Amino acid sequence: MLANQSGLLLRISDEDNVYVLLRPLTEGSRLQFGEQIVVCKTSLELGHKIAARDIASGERIIKYGAPIGSATRDIRAGEHVHLHNIKSDYIPTYTLNSETE
Amino acid sequence: MSATTEFPGFLRQDGRKGIRNTVLVVYLVECAHHVAREIVYPYRKQGVHLIGFSGCYPNRYAFDMMARLCTHPNTGAVLLVSLGCESFDRRGLAQRVKDSGRPVETLVIQERGGTLTTVDQGQAWLEKTLTELEETAARVTMTVDELVVGAICGGSDATSGITANPAIGRCFDLLVENNASAIFEEGGELIGCEQIMADRAVTPALGEEILSTMEKTARYYTSMGHGSFAVGNADGGLTTVEEKSMGAYAKSGSSPIRGLIKPGDVPPAGGLYLLDIVPDGGARFGFPNINDTAEIAELIACGAHLTLFSTGRGSVVGSAISPVVKVCANPETYRRMDGDMDVDAGRILEGRATLDEVGREIFSQVLAVAGGASTKSESLGHQEFVLTYKTFEPIGPACLPV
Repeated sequence: MLANQSGLLLRISDEDNVYVLLRPLTEGSRLQFGEQIVVCKTSLELGHKIAARDIASGERIIKYGAPIGSATRDIRAGEHVHLHNIKSDYIPTYTLNSETE
Repeated sequence: MSATTEFPGFLRQDGRKGIRNTVLVVYLVECAHHVAREIVYPYRKQGVHLIGFSGCYPNRYAFDMMARLCTHPNTGAVLLVSLGCESFDRRGLAQRVKDSGRPVETLVIQERGGTLTTVDQGQAWLEKTLTELEETAARVTMTVDELVVGAICGGSDATSGITANPAIGRCFDLLVENNASAIFEEGGELIGCEQIMADRAVTPALGEEILSTMEKTARYYTSMGHGSFAVGNADGGLTTVEEKSMGAYAKSGSSPIRGLIKPGDVPPAGGLYLLDIVPDGGARFGFPNINDTAEIAELIACGAHLTLFSTGRGSVVGSAISPVVKVCANPETYRRMDGDMDVDAGRILEGRATLDEVGREIFSQVLAVAGGASTKSESLGHQEFVLTYKTFEPIGPACLPV
């Protein structure tokens, strides 16, 4: 079913190309982006990032109006933005194997 | 908000005032840790705190930290517990405490006949000293401008940078308006914020110092091969160190940055200060901040009377010497762990409070805790402490423009 998007997605700064989830999302939740309906592949905790628009591989990810890393592959609007598709421009992020997607 | 708010304090010989009158029991090497802990145990809820240094090799930074902590305004008296053969300069430390006008005693386990006699003698000294402190404490009135307040985040998630950290920033603005000293620290989680911080410095030369400190930080963590970023940060939705930084940076509020200090440097006047905790002279002894507690101890060594601690995942730590006010960023964490949290900043996410409201609430909590109210971690007996090996050069003249 289509998630109620009011009070769900926060864009912190106008320049940001990601939203922050204000509530957890369950697997299979559907988000509407313009004409597109995006289905959530996994459940997501609040605080996680969702692409606000299509982002090309290599493009900067902007949150708080500031770059927080670069896309490592093309990201579609509505997709979860995290370790599997962006990287730090400073120091690589360490994760346990189980943490990587 | 005016600066007329007054609360009781303890006057020290150097003119500073404390909000607690804690007795410190200090082990000077890991080999004396158990004996010191046994001495403290029955008194742990009577304002007796255990701190110490594990290493047997000498270290200038560790000595200076100990000297600062043992003469901190919240410290009333000090008992040093030495094994006897470690390299720590116990006489030098005892002298510093004595010169500060505080009661001090040194027990050398090898000279006192071992564990049991040292514990007995330590507890006899505590009995006597606790009574003395009660009778002789110089109780005075203290005002908000005499406060030094630190801020740190730990167990961060993606809510930290939206709720708790900016709310702490609002509280920092109120503290600075009231001429208190507010210290935020740089332990690798401000990487990415170098230019915006430099632009906030009160002089261009201080801005340059901030930029070169941040270069040192990036170099240091790169050589460690690891950013200031834990696995739980990623679980909580943070992906990169610079994303974590942008959230952490919000703790600083919007006041101009008045100085750049290092562990043990006490702010000379009210205002906002940045604390550089990354060692100088290359990566020598390992990570700058092995955990949050190490950073809290460094804020306290700079004179922090209390520390504001922002957490999203849910840290439970407190601290020896200075109370820790836990500001919980994530509303779900707060519901799970409210027994450990002082402020529910996650209300902001759910539209139940504004940033300004929570900022004012934190400010009121600061005044209440300064006035003697216990924080959650204090009531629960949290007195975490850790001190590691480090090397620092003194700060340059541009770091504290008048």
